[in-house]
Amino acid sequence: MPLRVMIVDDEAPARDRVRDLLADCADAVPIEIAGEAATGHAALQTLSSQPADVVLLDIRMPEMDGIEVAQHLRRLAYPPAVIFTTAYDAYAIRAFEVHAVDYLLKPIRAARLREALLRAQAAAPPRPEALQALQRAPRAFLSAQERGKVHLIPADDIVYFKAELKYVTARTAQRDFLLDESLTRLEQEYAGRFVRVHRNCLVARAAVRGFEREGAGGDSHWMVLLEGCDERIPVSRRQQHIVRELGRP
Amino acid sequence: MPNFRNLGILLRILLLVNVVAVAAAVVKTTLLRDLWKELLDISAVVQPLLILSLLALVALSGVLRRLPYAFGVLAVIALEFALTALLHGMARTFLGVESASLGRHLLLVFIVTILLLLYFELRSRALSPALTEARLQALQARIRPHFLFNSINAVLSLIRQDPKRAETALEDMADLFRVLMADNRELAPLAKEVELCRQYLALEQLRLGERLRVEWRVDRMPGDALVPPLVLQPLLENAVYHGIEPRVEPGVVSIDIHSDAERVHAVLRNPYRPGGNHHTGNRMALANIRERLQLHFDAEAALSTNATDDAYEVRIVMPYVKGVGHD
Repeated sequence: MPLRVMIVDDEAPARDRVRDLLADCADAVPIEIAGEAATGHAALQTLSSQPADVVLLDIRMPEMDGIEVAQHLRRLAYPPAVIFTTAYDAYAIRAFEVHAVDYLLKPIRAARLREALLRAQAAAPPRPEALQALQRAPRAFLSAQERGKVHLIPADDIVYFKAELKYVTARTAQRDFLLDESLTRLEQEYAGRFVRVHRNCLVARAAVRGFEREGAGGDSHWMVLLEGCDERIPVSRRQQHIVRELGRP
Repeated sequence: MPNFRNLGILLRILLLVNVVAVAAAVVKTTLLRDLWKELLDISAVVQPLLILSLLALVALSGVLRRLPYAFGVLAVIALEFALTALLHGMARTFLGVESASLGRHLLLVFIVTILLLLYFELRSRALSPALTEARLQALQARIRPHFLFNSINAVLSLIRQDPKRAETALEDMADLFRVLMADNRELAPLAKEVELCRQYLALEQLRLGERLRVEWRVDRMPGDALVPPLVLQPLLENAVYHGIEPRVEPGVVSIDIHSDAERVHAVLRNPYRPGGNHHTGNRMALANIRERLQLHFDAEAALSTNATDDAYEVRIVMPYVKGVGHD
């Protein structure tokens, strides 16, 4: 079976170059090009319908960088092995070395590509901890897996995250998504944009419309009113200070 | 005040004082074979003073450098006088050595000290423009490695499919690097700078294709105006790096250059997304260009930036200096 390779790079000439090189490697490794994409979005879409064994993934891309794309790739039914490509990124290269993540420097040499492909044939997809360590900015999107497809939810659209049993629910103005994430990690990643209102809920600061007092006497507590969502979320006693911080009670 | 903790400075003092001592010995002796003895005699007086002085100067270096220059000079002379008097007195009481009068010693010390200080002052004045220049040159040559490697990669991709375009691209790259590596201290015609910018943008276009749109408004540009080399190209590099590359949709970089009787105006604009992680590279390029404008035109030139919700703008005003060149 030939190795199915997908090329992801925002620059067309860079994709052409990789395609030429893959053709050069074909005598050592039988290769089939599974597709090409100019953005992370397009790559995820293609991969949900046509799985690949290996993805050659550029790091610096608009909208969603390669490191983030690799994290979303893990939600696919068949996550591919990843080989990062970069022209110059001192920070990423150091991190790749530390976490033993495979990468190629552009311009890529055919010999190096061949080695990397041979290694990738046997390799597992990159470990999530390694990718998290490589990530420099909060992810622009969160990904949810639904019937074998990967949904990308813009982080800016999310009104709140709620932890329930094993999962975290992300709520947008339209609907709910089930995420395979931990609330603690989300809180760290989006510190400043989301705020914890009680033990199992993070609310987008930008979505807070106001607060309302509910209940009577010693039992009364604050509720958060949210933009684009009718649901009201209680504020725990410990987090009451946020009413003052964000508050227009 | 020179930094007396600097080894180079200390070695220079040692060397120069000993040269003076040898010269004195040569002057004093009539016969060449007596030179050695005379030198020893002088050394017995000079070396203790020299070593004590150096130790004192190293210890006091911090204080001396904080003083205004004139006070520093006075302090050093006072220090030398005190040490001379001390050694003179000690030699007389403990060793019973009868040497020349204290007054003569003080005069000699005074002359040598003043000469040394003058030498250091002149030396630092001669060096400092060189330092500034070296720094400017270093900053100037700093093209983004990101651009270099991506461009080489783009050219590689063309070699098989479109060798003609690959040739043009390599020629553009050669021209660009020739200017980047040249000695860029002299002003150059604006027309040349604009040509360089066109070559640079052609290379970026190769990589970015449709995503990069360029609008030139330079019909009223005074091509003969003299400007610092690389005054616009680094700004375009920023515009592409921060304005175009982070976008999926196409964006426009516009360059507008015009002039009136006395001034040349250049306005560069690129799309901009607030909150995008900008700017160390950007600020460095801006500071460098500002510094060079100031070096060439002093207060007559200005660079200002303006960020709105969706656009970033750099505006340069320079005096219109006409070149006599052939462009």
